[in-house]
Amino acid sequence: MVDAVPLTPSSRVAWWRVGLALPPLAFLAVFFAWPVAAIVARGLRPDGQWDLSALGEVVTDPVIRRVAWFTLWQAVLSTVACVVVGLPGAALFARYRFAGKRFLWSALLVPFVLPTVVVGVAMLGVIGPNGVAPVDLSGTIWAILAAHVFFNYAVVVRTVGGLWSTLDPRVEEAARTLGASPWRAFREVTWPLLRPAVAAASSIVFLFTFTSFGVVLILGGIRQRTLEVEIYDQTARFLHLDVAAALALVQLVAVVAVLAWFSRTQQRRAVVLGQRRAVEVQQRPSGWRARTFLAANLVFMAVLLGLPLGVLVARSFSTPQGWGLANYQALDNARRGSTSFVPPLDAVANSLLFAAAATVVAVVLGGCAAWAIAGGRSAPSGRWARWTDTALMVPLGTSAVTVGFGFFVAFDQAPLDLRSSLWLVPLAHAVVAMPFVVRLLVPALRSVDPALREAASVLGASPWRVWHEVDLPVVTRAAAAAAGFAFAVSLGEFGATVFLSRPARPTLPIAIYRALGRPGAANFGQAMALAVVLMALTVVVILGIDRLRPAGASEF
Amino acid sequence: MADRGAALAVERVTVRFAGAERPALDAVDLDVAPGELVALLGPSGCGKTTLLRVVAGLTEPDAGRVLLDGRDLSGVPAHRRGVGLMFQDYALFPHRDVGGNVEFGLRMAGMAPADRRRRVAEVLDLVGLAGWEDRPVGPLSGGERQRVALARALAPAPRLLLLDEPLGALDRTLRDRLVPELGELFRSVGVTVVHVTHDQSEALALADRVVVLDAGRVVQDGSPAAVWARPASAFVARFLGFANVVEGDDGAALVRPEAVRLLPAVGLGGAEVVAVLFRGDHSVVTVRRDTDGAALEAVVPTGTGPRWRVGDRLDLAVDPAGVVPLG
Repeated sequence: MVDAVPLTPSSRVAWWRVGLALPPLAFLAVFFAWPVAAIVARGLRPDGQWDLSALGEVVTDPVIRRVAWFTLWQAVLSTVACVVVGLPGAALFARYRFAGKRFLWSALLVPFVLPTVVVGVAMLGVIGPNGVAPVDLSGTIWAILAAHVFFNYAVVVRTVGGLWSTLDPRVEEAARTLGASPWRAFREVTWPLLRPAVAAASSIVFLFTFTSFGVVLILGGIRQRTLEVEIYDQTARFLHLDVAAALALVQLVAVVAVLAWFSRTQQRRAVVLGQRRAVEVQQRPSGWRARTFLAANLVFMAVLLGLPLGVLVARSFSTPQGWGLANYQALDNARRGSTSFVPPLDAVANSLLFAAAATVVAVVLGGCAAWAIAGGRSAPSGRWARWTDTALMVPLGTSAVTVGFGFFVAFDQAPLDLRSSLWLVPLAHAVVAMPFVVRLLVPALRSVDPALREAASVLGASPWRVWHEVDLPVVTRAAAAAAGFAFAVSLGEFGATVFLSRPARPTLPIAIYRALGRPGAANFGQAMALAVVLMALTVVVILGIDRLRPAGASEF
Repeated sequence: MADRGAALAVERVTVRFAGAERPALDAVDLDVAPGELVALLGPSGCGKTTLLRVVAGLTEPDAGRVLLDGRDLSGVPAHRRGVGLMFQDYALFPHRDVGGNVEFGLRMAGMAPADRRRRVAEVLDLVGLAGWEDRPVGPLSGGERQRVALARALAPAPRLLLLDEPLGALDRTLRDRLVPELGELFRSVGVTVVHVTHDQSEALALADRVVVLDAGRVVQDGSPAAVWARPASAFVARFLGFANVVEGDDGAALVRPEAVRLLPAVGLGGAEVVAVLFRGDHSVVTVRRDTDGAALEAVVPTGTGPRWRVGDRLDLAVDPAGVVPLG
């Protein structure tokens, strides 16, 4: 890393940065901080006075405690399972070259960005009541675990594999020549060096599984419930807003604690590594051991990732009359005799419209924020940038259900009554997507070596020309990738939308969930068909952006 | 500490990498006597590092075998061979301090902590880093890292030590200072050493014997003096840094630059000066012969003969004693 030398007076640098950071911060204040504050008010000041009794009741209620305990241990178990299962995959990508590697690296992301509802539905097809697996695991912890591993496998493989591929394999070989067995060399050398990536991946997986909603709602049945599901039920089914608010608070505190612990450990563990370019250390697998390892890994990935998605697609073409397109054709029909029924295909249009709006908001505001953070790294504004960075990341750790619930309680009265506004859903999606946008853009903006800009200006380029020739090509690609990611996040968003979407304007995930909730094979078939449509849309977007990302800028 | 090094025998070792046109090692034989210091010399890609990896047990040969004191090492994994290997760029453990790096092999061998501490101190003292146990390895300079890597490889007292470009990452001045130091160290320890390098001056200065590799084959094997006096081929001569390799009727020959005499032209002369490089106590004058266009370098001690300039016409004389037939 080359340190940028501050060439402009620091006060001027700081002011344009503050100006850039203001819109996104204001947006988060209104659409994130205020809803969260509304939840706090609802939970702790139900009648305009501080009253901790609701919180006390919630915390001591044995049912809620069981839910909280379950939420915690299933998240821990899911995280451990993801790491155990993901490490061999990470090793494969870090150490070997093989045909189709690049494609597989991108394809791994598909389950991760798939809407939770689709994951739930896909898993049902394998281990549900009529699944292809011989046992029905729906309603058990195993179904949830399997879905969580399916969902988060890529997080571990890509984060850990990314770091692993830059570790010099000779460091492990040095341990071998000094008398360490292969297992000992891994434990003593490679594992400690991988720990930062494992910690990063684990904390992401933990946050996602701790706040797991759609998967648990669909696969958990009535017995397995997380705090998220409980918040939703307390709000939507029992109308106990104060209980829901108290639960949301408990969860928020837990999530912030995990984030704080994580950022502290990351600072402590900063080790200077003798890093190498991945290309230098990767080999074709030679010898039967390496080939068996490769084959076993590929079979595992095919089963874990391919089977649920394959079954999902197959189910969507399966009708009571045999194979056919009936499920897809039914998507266009409004059912007679049901006034509340919306043709499922309308949901596709709604989803695309909302996603487009959310993407514009998230990219414009996230772009401003990223620029403010990464625009330069001169010391005086460093703290400012770090602060903005942290503030922007808090929504990333907050559950979607909390955001949706917060919107639900905050924007139902003056001055901001958005209950009937079409903007409610896209704005919530933008809050969820913006941190991802910032995360993708900041490394890209920082990846531009200041020496390149200096070289360009010494060669006669004006400041505008420098930006145009040096920064713009990088920024355009990264912005396109970020937009794609925001679009995918919005397409699949379920937790917040379930609170906010109006009956007449369901998004795709909502339509899938509704179809699943109605009895009959025809509805199940429609849910499958819709899930395939949603999956196809997401896959197209994701495979597109994985090509656009600047190489090495980020693991996600 | 080993009083005496082990005898190493490499027999017809062949290694093929998937997708490569030619084998990285092609039936290579190598014998190293106990306590001997052998330099493996060759350009990058000649297979010298692969040979070290085969001996250390990190790369499985496709054919051939490695014997240590007569014991066949086929199938013996790297951690049971007891062979020390010092990597190019050193491959220090970045998450351990100097002491943690050096004691690693002792820990693997199950040595008691008190003995480990004593041995680490002893080896660090040997490489001139006494008392450095608690320093992190991150901020160390190239020369210091090299010493830590050497101490780490020496600590378990291997009877055979393999060095992969041990001085490659260091600058010229430091290298020149370290070469004699290293040779003295290895001889005092008594360990057998196989030392891989692409730097001919390092190999010639340090080794008892020089083995030159090209494209996976051994092309010459002999004492530094013998290899210098009589390169086996035009390739070896060029690799040793001789510029004057000329193709004659009887094959290639090496003309030593000090054997080339430059004489003021009689008439038109038979050659022309194309470059003059002043080197302090001497100048290297490059001339082109009219007859065949061949370029030859001559070493002219400063203060003798005329001052040559580019474009000067002259006549050449070659001392026959300085012409070495090659191949």
